[in-house]
Amino acid sequence: MSILIYAESAEGKFKKVALELASYAKKVAESLGTTVTAITINASNVSELSKYGVDKVLKVNNDKLSGFTAKAYADVIKQAAQKEATKIVLLSSTTDSNYMAPLVAVALEAGYASNVVSLPVNTSPFQVKRTAFSNKAFNITEINTDVKVLSIGKNSYGIFENASTLTEEDFNPTIGDGDFGVKVGSVEKVSGKVSIADADIVVSGGRGLKGPENWGMIEELASVLGAATACSKPVSDLGWRPHGEHVGQTGKPVATNLYIAIGISGAIQHIAGINSSKVKVVINNDPEAPFFKVSDYGVVGDAFEIVPQLIAKFKAFKEQQS
Amino acid sequence: MKILVCISHIPDTTSKINFTNGDSEFDTNGVQYVINPNDEFGLTRALWFQEQQGATVTVVNVGGADTEPTLRKALAIGANEAIRVNANPTDGFFVAKQLAEVIKNGGYDIVIAGKESLDYNGGMVPGMISGILGYNFLNSCTAITVDGTNVTAVREIDGGKETVTTSLPLIIGAQKGLVEEKDLRIPNMRGIMTARTKVLTILEPVDAPVNTKAVKFEKPAPKSAVKLVSADNLDELINLLHNEAKVI
Repeated sequence: MSILIYAESAEGKFKKVALELASYAKKVAESLGTTVTAITINASNVSELSKYGVDKVLKVNNDKLSGFTAKAYADVIKQAAQKEATKIVLLSSTTDSNYMAPLVAVALEAGYASNVVSLPVNTSPFQVKRTAFSNKAFNITEINTDVKVLSIGKNSYGIFENASTLTEEDFNPTIGDGDFGVKVGSVEKVSGKVSIADADIVVSGGRGLKGPENWGMIEELASVLGAATACSKPVSDLGWRPHGEHVGQTGKPVATNLYIAIGISGAIQHIAGINSSKVKVVINNDPEAPFFKVSDYGVVGDAFEIVPQLIAKFKAFKEQQS
Repeated sequence: MKILVCISHIPDTTSKINFTNGDSEFDTNGVQYVINPNDEFGLTRALWFQEQQGATVTVVNVGGADTEPTLRKALAIGANEAIRVNANPTDGFFVAKQLAEVIKNGGYDIVIAGKESLDYNGGMVPGMISGILGYNFLNSCTAITVDGTNVTAVREIDGGKETVTTSLPLIIGAQKGLVEEKDLRIPNMRGIMTARTKVLTILEPVDAPVNTKAVKFEKPAPKSAVKLVSADNLDELINLLHNEAKVI
């Protein structure tokens, strides 16, 4: 009856959100007097999970699963959950995990709650707090099925070390051709850049930057900080930046550690989309810009003077640290 | 080709979000309702298939009579007919079961549903329909071409995109990028006139489990005021981010 987590990995290495998921699961397991089992697919160093309280790992190694296929991965997780007779299955809120979560839920006849932001409010009845109305509110959702599937929001709980003894077990679930109705042909990634979903820091530009030719300093600041670049909806609609950089209610969600918004006034829909970010910094010429009302730190002034100075100061800071 | 577009009726994205009845219900007072933006991308794409490949486009919503203006708007944009399943969409699985019934009975080749509705953000209905019916499912779809029963499509992934091949019948989770924002269809005068005469069928729901229930809502805690740093003292910002916020 252990709690089952899908510890997501990319190129064999666990994603940070997998470590956060393990931390969350450990806390829930302790409160319920049970243990944490992780299911991994083609992960390289599963022993890392013992740092975060995982008690057992079911290791799947299969070439057929070398690329993500939602139905196949969901089938693997379903079989692991049945093997463990688990009542609670936890997933991260990544693009791939969000894709397969509903499939896992239906396969296990489980109620499902996405964007869960904290430990369960209650276990009987089972209630969790999640975000709703595009991050403008929370709702407490009650799940009344025997098995529950939860997707835990990125950066909602945190990563906590909790050393455990880890048992490793090879797991060979049955996967058939029926699991591969959607076949991956090619994958195109913007090379060398950290994605908005994985980044610890996101540097975002808005219409205040006046034109695409001024983005050099945004990219440079991002580069110094090892950050992803993002933009507001008008910038994306105007074609100044690629669509993939649009963050906000109808763009990508951002739940990063540090979100730096430059020349963005702060429309409700933009703020909603980036609201799960831990720390927000706003740089804007207009002291009345709505974004200042929801940010942690702000600088009122001309971005074209401020950003180059910040680039120099962050560079110096980074050098000092190393 | 028969296409079904699943539409959610949601508060306009600029609405003030408030709750009533002891914070157990969304306060609809003064709120304008619209088609869920992710569904709009799906609807426009479906209309392209209607115009280029002779497909018929049916729109469906699970909701009370209050959602009919939203369905009529979808008809005005160009859908051929509409269906309303007369039930409150309180749980994703329940809604998926209703839609699965409509899909089975209608023999649709492609089902397009916004990958997430911007009110409850469940993000589960298209995937659950796939799980229930066993149809192929592609989420975060930003491109789709159909040749007979063969499909080539694109899924948006973190930091890039993935091209896939699959076959009909197919469920796709629609989002921004499936069509360009500037190409989104809006109702024109003719569309609005003809929408009145297009068929809107009301179906009673089938028995289905309600697996989850929103019992209470909360607004976020008020934020403390922003800490402003002078543009002449940016060292202080670095200091705050490192020592106070601990994010660098």
